[in-house]
Amino acid sequence: MQRLVEAVPPAAVTGGPNDPVLRPSALDPSQLRLAYRWVLLARLLDDKTAALYRSGLVPGGAFLSKGQEALSVSLAMQLQPGDIYAPLIRDTAGRLAFGETIQDALRSCIGSPLGPMRGRDGNVHRGRPKDGYLPMISHLGAIPSVVNGALIARRLQGKPMGIGATCIGDGGTSTGAFHEAMNQAAVERLPLVMVVADNQYAYSTHRSRQFACDSLLDRAVGYGVDGHAVDGTDLAACMQVMDRAARRAREGCGPQLIVANLLRLCGHGEHDDASYVDPALKESHVGRDCVKAAADWLIAHGMAAPGELSKMQTDVSAELEKAVDEILRDPAPDPNVEKWTALATAALRENAS
Amino acid sequence: MSITYLEAIREAQARALGENPNVYIYGQDVGDFGGAFKATKGLAAQFPGRVIDAPISEDAIVGSAIGAAIQGMRPIIEMQFADFSTVGLNQIVNQAATYYWRTNVPCPITIRLPCGGTSGSGPFHSQSLEAVYAHFPGLVVLTPATVEDAYSMLLDAVAIDDPVIFCEHKFLYYHLKAEKLPTGALPVGKARIARAGRDLTLVTYSAMLHESLAAAEELATQGYQVEIVDLRSIKPLDTDTVMASVARTGRLLCVGEAWPWGGVTAEVIARVVSEGFDLLDAPPQRLNAKDTPIPFHPRLWAAHRPTAQSITAAARNVLNY
Ligand SMILES: Cc1ncc(C[n+]2csc(CCOP(=O)(O)OP(=O)(O)O)c2C)c(N)n1
Ligand SMILES: [Mg+2]
Repeated sequence: MQRLVEAVPPAAVTGGPNDPVLRPSALDPSQLRLAYRWVLLARLLDDKTAALYRSGLVPGGAFLSKGQEALSVSLAMQLQPGDIYAPLIRDTAGRLAFGETIQDALRSCIGSPLGPMRGRDGNVHRGRPKDGYLPMISHLGAIPSVVNGALIARRLQGKPMGIGATCIGDGGTSTGAFHEAMNQAAVERLPLVMVVADNQYAYSTHRSRQFACDSLLDRAVGYGVDGHAVDGTDLAACMQVMDRAARRAREGCGPQLIVANLLRLCGHGEHDDASYVDPALKESHVGRDCVKAAADWLIAHGMAAPGELSKMQTDVSAELEKAVDEILRDPAPDPNVEKWTALATAALRENAS
Repeated sequence: MSITYLEAIREAQARALGENPNVYIYGQDVGDFGGAFKATKGLAAQFPGRVIDAPISEDAIVGSAIGAAIQGMRPIIEMQFADFSTVGLNQIVNQAATYYWRTNVPCPITIRLPCGGTSGSGPFHSQSLEAVYAHFPGLVVLTPATVEDAYSMLLDAVAIDDPVIFCEHKFLYYHLKAEKLPTGALPVGKARIARAGRDLTLVTYSAMLHESLAAAEELATQGYQVEIVDLRSIKPLDTDTVMASVARTGRLLCVGEAWPWGGVTAEVIARVVSEGFDLLDAPPQRLNAKDTPIPFHPRLWAAHRPTAQSITAAARNVLNY
């Protein structure tokens, strides 16, 4: 089958052998409004996380997703029950859209024993594997092959494969693990949707010190997979491109590599003032705020009224405040009741106490 | 009929595949070719689609096994040589080993490491890495020394709900034979008294068991009764069996083929000294490979790792203290 590599995201291409026809529902106003609701909630949740961090309630660091909400949500909104989702560091929006509760998110940040990671792991290292929501480990590049394995399991079990969706940054693509996993997915022809958020920097390192090709999209050809480029600041464009990529993955066209251009609109973590970011980039197209751009776009295209969006903001804030009140009453983890064993097999534990 | 250590490993995998549809094998050249050592010979034909050739991507091999395991599969991963498992180290120690503890979801994978030295194999095809893996919480590390254990412990490994590092010794593959496959076995985590004696406890595992048994024979001709403990499992480590033996003999020598620094022999001695200091009549000793990479030339190699001769000498020192 011919490979689809789109260097430029088509606004509305029709026909052609690779059927890049955009499903009208990808621009369904209700879906776009829903997407907007998630990006808004994600932005407010990030602000809340930062506030909790500043008040000393968040151990370690706080890692925000600002500027990447539109991209993140568009991927997660393609996912259906049974699909695998393995988000990364800047996917607050996608996590929420996939079904993570605000409580789970905040509990992981404060290390609550009532959260999914029970204080054993925290911040963005969170998930619920039984729900197909896989927790990342810190080591960049280590997650995609795990998604491959989950898909391979379904193939071996004769179950519907669904799709597996995961994300990585421009920096993470330099790891050997990322390459091994992309190649593995291609060899096994797995329905893996890999979203690369090229946000220009990996911590302080500019992309020019990370790779030498013009665009990471060039790699799609090398792996023998479909490639899609998208403007990561444009919610509607992201929704359309993800729709097409996810559809092709479901239809058996193999792995899909999506490369989005955008800018991280925060520090690497809240400890980082990101003073290394080129001011010209902030002023350029990649530097625009995808949440604000989405609101403007919805209004300009008659898909939402200004009053509707401000009501959404009020509702979402109230929902967030309620969740914060709830989790701040959580107990701290208790080392005296903690089970100090890493093994599932009780009979093989050496010093369980 | 007789069966080799390698055939036992093949048979255990055939049985695991036959008994549990969730078992599959993934590794380099394991399919129609049957693996670099032929440990999966014929299995691809017998179990179509379940013995899968992998690209040379140890990280992704282990990573995908983790993903499959949390979806209910029981992958058996064959590393072509233990030495190459370090390329997948991150997935093993940071992802597989932490999975249950972080998420409460078990990660049952078996990683087979063809390990240990054989003549002429050199620095990158001879390593014994059990101590590296035992260092990380969340892994079970098994080191079978007999045909029977290779068979039964590999079946145990597949059944265990945790990631298991299965260290199978290449030196034993073809040379070690048994009459038949075992019907019963000690549970995983239990050491075995491989030879009873009253004068010295010699704790060892894997291929060094056989060098130690030869040393014990030699020492018996000189009137010493050496008791040999075959650990079988490095993690968990059966301290009770070791302590009970030391309580009988009062003397301890630990022998391992791996490097000395922070290794299994050090761990055994640390436990015995801290928990059973008053049982000892002599300072406990250990014998390991030399602290250099593993040499290529057979003469150098033979001097690099413990042998029946060097074990005999070390044992005599402890006995004569
Ligand atoms: C293997 C590995 N090396 C180093 C790090 C430390 N680290 C964490 S995030 C990061 C930068 C990641 O940049 P990128 O992949 O572009 O993602 P972004 O933060 O821009 O979203 C680094 C170096 C890590 N987590 N994993
Ligand atoms: Mg980046």
